[in-house]
Amino acid sequence: MSWDATDFAILRALGADATLSAGALGRDLGLSQPATWRRIKRLQDEGVLAGRRVDLDAEALGFGVTVFLGVKLATKGRVSLEDFERAVTAIPEVQTVQHVLGLYDYRLRVVARDLSDFERVLRRRVMTLPGVGDVEANVLLSEERLAGPL
Amino acid sequence: MLDDADRRLLRYLQSDPTAPVSELAERCAMQPATAARRLEKLSAKGILKGQHAVIDWGKLGFAVEVSLRFTLDKTAPRAFDEFQDAARLIPEVIAIQTFLGRVDLRLSVIARDMAHYQSLYRNQILTLPHIAEVEALMHVATIKTTETLPI
Repeated sequence: MSWDATDFAILRALGADATLSAGALGRDLGLSQPATWRRIKRLQDEGVLAGRRVDLDAEALGFGVTVFLGVKLATKGRVSLEDFERAVTAIPEVQTVQHVLGLYDYRLRVVARDLSDFERVLRRRVMTLPGVGDVEANVLLSEERLAGPL
Repeated sequence: MLDDADRRLLRYLQSDPTAPVSELAERCAMQPATAARRLEKLSAKGILKGQHAVIDWGKLGFAVEVSLRFTLDKTAPRAFDEFQDAARLIPEVIAIQTFLGRVDLRLSVIARDMAHYQSLYRNQILTLPHIAEVEALMHVATIKTTETLPI
């Protein structure tokens, strides 16, 4: 699949605001509504546009703390990765789970109401996961999403 | 500030962001007009900030994703600002996060392949200002990525 500058412009716009209509987007790009819609459809069909996410003010909703955990498995081989992954994805406070190579085996993004709530999640949910070994925690202070190479 | 109905609305909206208001209203057992009004109020208060599209960089030909974790030389007074300003100029950097912990700062970097990553790393990343230490985590797979809040 090859993509041109107009496709990239569409991705950049939708990456900032996914609720833009094909009509509004087309007007900004100098394209007709049907032409814009066809391009969006193609980006969706090819999986480049992989859904939408709702942006919420986590703090206003009572989630004051986001922590990234680096998790190393202690007993590789004895506990299957599938068991760990199944258990960790079931924790509602765990927003993302990434399997990584390097210092840690997994990288988790965890939300909590405050630090003591985070401690509860860490002790009762994370430290009790099958095979869990070393855990490193870093509290998120700020986060910035960038448009990327578009 | 928020009542149960607001929470229910946001919960369904998070799980299905493209659902029309009429459908959200039905699931929350309220009138569409009520749901629309509540959503409007949540937007006005800045709690509902909008929606963004998720881009699958792999499908665009960026097969490599690396988390680069930095500790900075904090003896330089503007280390964080200068590092962040410079990192923002690298197109392949798709996210910048700052932390309290052993790691000061993290960059999500994407590349077309390992050769591309190597040249990025040498020519653009390692030349960023005030780096004391850097370590890399290579993404193998994303197991879960809802980023929904357990409202």
